[in-house]
Amino acid sequence: MNAERNQRLFSSNFIREALVASVIKLHPGKMARNPVMFSVEIGTAIMVVVTLASLITADQSLGAPGYNGWITGLLMLTLLFSNFAEALAEARGKAQAAALRKTRTDTLARRIEKTGSRTMVSASELDRGDLFLVEEGELIPADGEIVEGLASIDESAITGESAPVIREADTDRNSVIGGTRLLSDRILVKVTSQPGESFLDKMIALVEGADRKKTPNELALTILLAGFTIVFLLVTVALQPFAAFSGATLPVASLIALFVCLIPTTIGGLLSAIGIAGMDRALGANIIAKSGKAVETAGDVDVLLLDKTGTITIGNRKATRFYPSAGKDLSEFSRLAAISSLADHTPEGKSILELARQNGASGEDPDWPDPEFVPFSAETRMSGVNLPDGTRIRKGAWDAIGDWCRRDGLKAENPELETWVRDIAAKGGTPLALAVDNRPVGVIQLEDIIKPGIRERFDRFRKMGLKTVMVTGDNPLTAAFIAGEAGVDDFIAEARPEDKLGYIKKEQQAGKLVAMMGDGTNDAPALAQADIGIAMNSGTQAAKEAANMVDLDNDPTKLLEVVEIGKQLLITRGNITTFSIANDVAKYFAIVPALFTVSVPGLKALDIMHLGSPESAILSAVIFNALIIPLLIPLALSGVKYRPVGASFLLTRNLLVYGLGGIAVPFAGIKLIDLVVKQFI
Amino acid sequence: MGNEITGVAVVFGLAATLSWPLGRYISGVFRGTSGRFKVFTVPERLIFRFCKIDPSAGMDWKQNMKAMLSANVLFFFAAFFLLLLQGIIPFWNPGRLAGWDPIPAFNAAVSFVTNTNLQHYAGETDAAYFTQLVVFCWLQFVSAGTGIAVCGLLFQGLSGDTGSNIGNFYSLLVRSCVRILLPLAVILSAGLTLCGTVSDFGGVREVHTLENRMQQVAGGPAAPMIAIKQLGTNGGGFFGANSAHPFENPDYLSNMLENIAILLLPMALVFAFGFYLKRKRAAILFFSIMTTLFLAFTAVSVGQEVTGGASVPESGLLPGPNLEGKEMRFGPVASAFWAVSTTSTSNGSVNSMHDSHTALSGGVLLLDMFINALYGGVGVGFINFFVFVVVAVFISGQMIGRTPDLFGKKLEAREIKIAALVVILHPLLILCGTAAACLASSRQGWLNNPGFHGFSEMMYEFTSAAANNGSGFEGLHDNTPFWNLATGVIMLFGRFLPIIGPLAIAGALSVKKAVPASSGSLKIESMAFGAVLTAVILIVAALAFFPALALGPVAEYFSTL
Repeated sequence: MNAERNQRLFSSNFIREALVASVIKLHPGKMARNPVMFSVEIGTAIMVVVTLASLITADQSLGAPGYNGWITGLLMLTLLFSNFAEALAEARGKAQAAALRKTRTDTLARRIEKTGSRTMVSASELDRGDLFLVEEGELIPADGEIVEGLASIDESAITGESAPVIREADTDRNSVIGGTRLLSDRILVKVTSQPGESFLDKMIALVEGADRKKTPNELALTILLAGFTIVFLLVTVALQPFAAFSGATLPVASLIALFVCLIPTTIGGLLSAIGIAGMDRALGANIIAKSGKAVETAGDVDVLLLDKTGTITIGNRKATRFYPSAGKDLSEFSRLAAISSLADHTPEGKSILELARQNGASGEDPDWPDPEFVPFSAETRMSGVNLPDGTRIRKGAWDAIGDWCRRDGLKAENPELETWVRDIAAKGGTPLALAVDNRPVGVIQLEDIIKPGIRERFDRFRKMGLKTVMVTGDNPLTAAFIAGEAGVDDFIAEARPEDKLGYIKKEQQAGKLVAMMGDGTNDAPALAQADIGIAMNSGTQAAKEAANMVDLDNDPTKLLEVVEIGKQLLITRGNITTFSIANDVAKYFAIVPALFTVSVPGLKALDIMHLGSPESAILSAVIFNALIIPLLIPLALSGVKYRPVGASFLLTRNLLVYGLGGIAVPFAGIKLIDLVVKQFI
Repeated sequence: MGNEITGVAVVFGLAATLSWPLGRYISGVFRGTSGRFKVFTVPERLIFRFCKIDPSAGMDWKQNMKAMLSANVLFFFAAFFLLLLQGIIPFWNPGRLAGWDPIPAFNAAVSFVTNTNLQHYAGETDAAYFTQLVVFCWLQFVSAGTGIAVCGLLFQGLSGDTGSNIGNFYSLLVRSCVRILLPLAVILSAGLTLCGTVSDFGGVREVHTLENRMQQVAGGPAAPMIAIKQLGTNGGGFFGANSAHPFENPDYLSNMLENIAILLLPMALVFAFGFYLKRKRAAILFFSIMTTLFLAFTAVSVGQEVTGGASVPESGLLPGPNLEGKEMRFGPVASAFWAVSTTSTSNGSVNSMHDSHTALSGGVLLLDMFINALYGGVGVGFINFFVFVVVAVFISGQMIGRTPDLFGKKLEAREIKIAALVVILHPLLILCGTAAACLASSRQGWLNNPGFHGFSEMMYEFTSAAANNGSGFEGLHDNTPFWNLATGVIMLFGRFLPIIGPLAIAGALSVKKAVPASSGSLKIESMAFGAVLTAVILIVAALAFFPALALGPVAEYFSTL
């Protein structure tokens, strides 16, 4: 769904919106944020004056009015292209955000007043702290926390996931999102954000630019680009006296053209678009970042704390094998296992039934109708059934079953079973013993199913230099086994929330950046401590407040995507910078000989592209300089693909593509443009 | 021809080979582990006691900067007044030379304090032996020592193992002079004396020449000054003709010794970086980059000089080496190699007239000084190179998707701001200076050569001042108030801002927490980073100066084809 949404975003009708915005963005106050493009704007303003002056006066030194006009127009186009890139990225972000909240129309809310009475108010009138009631089939009017009740909710409008989710008061999954639909039951909800201040609203503001702050790397890059701009300003300004000394006269238009071609307009023009596109990509992945900085920082993460369940393993444990003890055959054991789990709705119970059915036992046994289900209790640590004929079937951990058998005076030593139990545990599985009337009959092997492909994914991360840490409540033995199977670098076994916090602090002491995902209130300190904390949207408000990103899909593997989005952001910026600066080589070879062809004929030798005429050479360079911005917009918005191949290889590859490419492309481009331009002058 | 090539190959090979152990030794001097020999400790202790310096007191970068600046201000005023008062100093002045005028004295004092040695005077006629030995020679030690000392501070700041305390400038200055410069200078001046470099206090001699005429020949205590002028990348000669003068550089062997001395310490400081920070592979990479560019420039320069470039046939002569302005005892190859060495290392001593080099060779010498970090001046060469490293690390860090870090320390807006300012400074000084000279030149008549070559002469002068090189293209009447004041100011900016900037970066990095390296971190030792770094060096230098080079040497070259 996301891919489809992204695709649509590239070509749809907000291009018109971006076109209008690119003109509005010419306002000098807005341009001043970007020193490179601001200097282009100043150059354009000067050219407007020069063009007008050359029309009015007969002063030949100002250059031909036509030529001046063309240069002015092209500079203006350069500015508009740059603004268009930014506006397009903004429009994409806005469209994406709008898609996320398109269902959030102004619904009515049933507000509970302090007196206890109910009033119908518009959702926009709800303030933080207000209570409202939602009933089956209704849209939830605002973001909030369930105070009372349990409900299943259709969140597909936000997440695209059609399966309903369960949300319940006083659990770690107590958050509801405005615009989603209540499928069953009724809940009392407390509003957690002021209207217009939800995370989504905040992110839209970030995308729209009102609240957009430059991220640290963007700021540093802007400074470096400003430095280059000053250098080239010096080059251009000094060239006039140099030329005068050599007896050449340079029209203002040519000097400004040289200046604009030399300063890094390509990256300068695309810089903010790249930053916004990073936020867009996060939004496209259904992640709400609370700041652009968070997205950028994600690329620097060194350590990932990943919850075992849901991230590394598929949901819950599954029964994978039955070990019947001597004297029982597999089908008999399967029958017993099935009947014991018939009414057990835990995921483990379901998986036992599934495995039994594969062995031909349905669990519906005509011999034993109407079994009485005995639920799991903390006291007995067993569950099972009592059959009408008095037969009792129990399953549970081996020590609990062993106790049960011993308690009733029967000999429970069973070396065969104990060997299996040990073996299963050693391989990272959970052994579940089955007993009938205090007599053990065999062992069920429950195993964590490691997600397919996760090992390869961790290999990718290792190549990227990331350390993966599995967090699990399992005992160290099981944890070590699963960690080994999944290929994580480290694990925290029998983890409590404070263990996570401690681990994060320890890694940070060593200078590393840590990312984690969490949902519960007791995760909040660790989420706040982590450099990148991602809260699940289903999680508690405390967790969401503490995190710097919120994942709307509640998908624990998102951490991996977030890191790649962050890296992609930096790489895109870095590579377009390299490309932009490398372009200057060709532009010099186009413009410098053109400037001095008359006064210093020898310099014609530098015209290695053999361009048509001095005017067409300069115009071609300026046209190339302007056109490369829209040509690179798709790259800037979709990002340079990140490959986890190790730093040196990545650098070599990007250097070849964007460095050498940056030198070669403009030679070809300017030559081609010149072939066209020289037909007209 | 073959012998000449062998000659420069031996010079380069010996300098490179010796620089490795010397680098290890310098790293020991910086760390204070270079031995407790009485010959060093006694003078050191005397100086520390006399100047009331506590050599063990650690200082942060700002305190060190203040120490460096105040010491240099003191050096400047001492030199300036001693030059003004030259006439009343009763000894070591056999020629009874009078005191200097303030403007030339300002230029000369600045020039020696900044390790530039842009000499707008002639030693034989303007400087008494006292001035040569006490003022110039002394400044040649302490200015070189200043460069080495700040390089030591930079290393300590980058190592970051002592937090904001990055060492003690005074202590490093004294140790650099006593333990590095003095011993090497003693050895070299002894060697040069054996070759025939003069060293006496006899004053000007009247000699009866073979042509049966009387000629006045200036001598003097030259050998000690020549040694430190080469070792400390000073370049200021005892005589006006500098190392082309037979009393300074009498034969091919002395020429080899001096050329090795020019390259030795700048090369050794690259390896000292490797030893000090335990990053020998990075040092080798840096050295290889410098060497690649250095040898490429040498190839162009030697090639042009040996073939005579483009202009010789047109002048009606047979094609052949360009021998104008060269000493026949050195020949075109050793002269061109020297020229590239002296411009690469910010040395500035000359054994041939750079003005007479072929157009492209002259362009290469300019490019060498635009970069000013191919080995570079003692200490400051590596500091300049460090700024390129910062920019390259910043760009490549982005290219691999991480916030860039140098040795684990994140490069952020503040560091980039400083680096950008330093990068801007060099073109600012050179381009603005040359532009001003272009505007003024028509009224002043200081050029013998109009056109492209005259333009190159003016640009060369400013480049030499900004790069603290000190060599002259000559052919320019530069002992005028305009040139003395303009180059004086440019030398000051060109010297101290590029020292303070990197020192501030090192200071900022020293207190940052280091990020441990992972397979996702940039490997500064890798070839890929080497390629980025080379590109940054070429692009920053070439892009800023491309039009200027095009109008000077390149236009001259193509116009004479």
